[in-house]
Amino acid sequence: MSTPRYAIGVDLGTTHCALAWVDLEASDGDATRHGVLQVPQLTGSGQVEASTLLPSFLYLPHADELAPGDLDLPWPSPHDYAVGEMARARGATTPIRLVSSAKSWLCHAGADRRAAMLPSDAPPEVQRVSPLEASTRYLSHLRCAWDHTYPEAPFAQQDVTVTIPASFDPAARELTVEAAKAAGYQNLTLLEEPQAALYNWIQHSGGKWRRDVQPGDVILVIDVGGGTSDFSLIAVLEHEGTLELHRIAVGEHILLGGDNMDLTLAHLVARKLAAAGTTLDPWQMRALGYACRGAKESLLADDHGELAAQPIVVPSRGSKLIGGAIRTELTADEVRTTIVEGFFPDVPVSNRPASRVRGGLTQIGLPYAQDAGVTRHLAALLGRQVDATAELAGFVRANAPDATFLHPSAVLFNGGVFKSTLLAERTLGTLNGWLAAEGAAPARVLAGADLDLAVARGAAYYGYVRRGHGVRIRGGTARAYYVAIESAMPAIPGMEPPMQALCVAPFGMEEGAEAELASQQFGLVVGEPIQLRFFGSSVRRQDPLGTLLDYWQADELQELGEIRATLPPEGRRDGDVVQVRLRAVATDTGTLELTAVAIDGDGHWKIEFDVRTNG
Amino acid sequence: MSNTTPGNRDKRSPQPSLLQRIRLAFSAFFSILSSPTVAARVDRLHRDDVPAPAAAPVAPVAPLRQAAPDAALQLLALLQRDARLIDFTQEDLASYADADIGAAARIVHEGCRKVLREHFTITPVRPEAEGSRISLDAGFDAGAVRLTGNVVGSAPFKGSISHRGWRATEVRLPKLAASHDVTVLAQAEVEL
Repeated sequence: MSTPRYAIGVDLGTTHCALAWVDLEASDGDATRHGVLQVPQLTGSGQVEASTLLPSFLYLPHADELAPGDLDLPWPSPHDYAVGEMARARGATTPIRLVSSAKSWLCHAGADRRAAMLPSDAPPEVQRVSPLEASTRYLSHLRCAWDHTYPEAPFAQQDVTVTIPASFDPAARELTVEAAKAAGYQNLTLLEEPQAALYNWIQHSGGKWRRDVQPGDVILVIDVGGGTSDFSLIAVLEHEGTLELHRIAVGEHILLGGDNMDLTLAHLVARKLAAAGTTLDPWQMRALGYACRGAKESLLADDHGELAAQPIVVPSRGSKLIGGAIRTELTADEVRTTIVEGFFPDVPVSNRPASRVRGGLTQIGLPYAQDAGVTRHLAALLGRQVDATAELAGFVRANAPDATFLHPSAVLFNGGVFKSTLLAERTLGTLNGWLAAEGAAPARVLAGADLDLAVARGAAYYGYVRRGHGVRIRGGTARAYYVAIESAMPAIPGMEPPMQALCVAPFGMEEGAEAELASQQFGLVVGEPIQLRFFGSSVRRQDPLGTLLDYWQADELQELGEIRATLPPEGRRDGDVVQVRLRAVATDTGTLELTAVAIDGDGHWKIEFDVRTNG
Repeated sequence: MSNTTPGNRDKRSPQPSLLQRIRLAFSAFFSILSSPTVAARVDRLHRDDVPAPAAAPVAPVAPLRQAAPDAALQLLALLQRDARLIDFTQEDLASYADADIGAAARIVHEGCRKVLREHFTITPVRPEAEGSRISLDAGFDAGAVRLTGNVVGSAPFKGSISHRGWRATEVRLPKLAASHDVTVLAQAEVEL
């Protein structure tokens, strides 16, 4: 295979995808030649336009819905679906055929992500697709768009980095790789989105970043996109005279983003209209969502508080525009109470997100965040990670001994939500309030990243620095992983045997690292799958491989669903028991691989992360 | 086309009707907007301003090109999709209160803006502020700058800018599938 000419970064977002590149041949040191691909996509039936963003929507039209040629793209194109802008626009009027938020389903352990299940509320005759397949189609569209634009540099020969939320568990990472492979991605690496944002900031600074951060800094990356909130903490330390970046912690997976904010406003305005006797149909409700987004952006961009209100007009659906439009307004106060106070409340750092016990029925939908307070989720992360720098070798600035949370010294904002300076300032103000209360210096903002495209650009730049052209963020896996083991104790009627957690992959495994668990053996029954409960912890940094936990705090370990190994019966009889050990490998691609290795002989079997819990 | 032979021209009314003129004006508007070549031609037509048939009965008449209607129709469809422009202009304003018209105008204005922003790059012809005095040397582009008022003497012409002018430096209309019917400006919608 020839040496790649480009490092390509692909942002596979919940609501938008983007592709950026760095020209490896024309770049040198801090000076890079880079760009963002204009992605040709359908914007209406039979119309193709190019845009930097590809909306992550998939539309599955009825056979009679479109005329022949309506789905034509500049490359040999599929004839039974559309992705991008047209999919989003069509889906607004026919939601039963629209697949959206496929990425959120991809990391939803309660769902079978390979099963054709989307759109979840489609009637039986719609040919549904799996979250995996939907993601594959977005990625495949980007590949075709690249090959169409740069036919002299085939996509398959370039170095590709696909971004994922830092909070993605091993199963979701593996599924992302699977989707990318199916879409024809070959030299593939995964990168966490907050890291990509920081890489973009480094690239954008053109070398000056070394003056903007000092050893001892803790950078908090706050990424609030259309559908998810993602946080990461990155420490700056000095090693042999050069600055090093270590990602020390990541937040949990929070399905909460800009779309929730627009929806909340739309419902607020709909309630106002309903009080005045006007009810909206679903079509008008969606139009109202659009209008609210526009009004919100104007009101939140107004730093001086000069705008008291923004008019909202919902057009009629029929051709009578003037008589049929519904008119109302959104006031600055409403936006402030709903968005600023609702999503970014100025709470004390001891505050934690509220969580209710979910009813069994919620499994059908996505597990949206139950607490809309982004700042509360942030407080939870910082509180949980108070000791994150304690064991970091070479890190000079220890947290104050009586600190109740990890003190960040710099903040990098990412995601479209922070186009509103008001929201960025509110978040920073809240954080600085927490810091002041514990006598720490206020955190400063690292400015200059491109909020919409930073992740794609940063991912492309990562492909460049990985070849030895710049600083890399280290840190390895951001969790330690455990499997549940039943304690060997006499059965007590009416009581479940207590469970122990066995560490099968320690925290911070760098790529290429391998951990084989020698102390514990498992008996695998040939032909019968063995299922194990699987846990991750983002705080237990010290547990070495093989640690057996009898007891842990409720918030220390999160259950990630079940994992499964099946021994094929080749050369053995069904029912035979084979003794195996577990081996964990942090792959170069960025996934975790668990294998069952036979103690006698050289057999080994991959352990599947993606198991449907209820069969 | 029919308008190049004298015989055909004779059959036509020399003074087009109001309806014909409106149609002609709209078609010219969009052709000029979407095609710099057409714009240049029309501009030349303005400058020469020759009553063509009478003044030069024997001189060869440069054939006028009819712009392909596709781009104009495409732009109309975009203005309807994003700005509801056709809906708006097809309605009779007489029966509505100003507040209702204002509400609809917001949709039209915002949408037109979006269409212009996404599909054209529009820059002022003259970068100077309106009201500032400039000097036009001989050979200035009369297609891009129109002299008004006391137009006498010879270059350089000195005057103040009353309008900076607009120029489309880039046009980005969607590419169309071969089978796409551009005469459908907005599909009828049938909710099942």
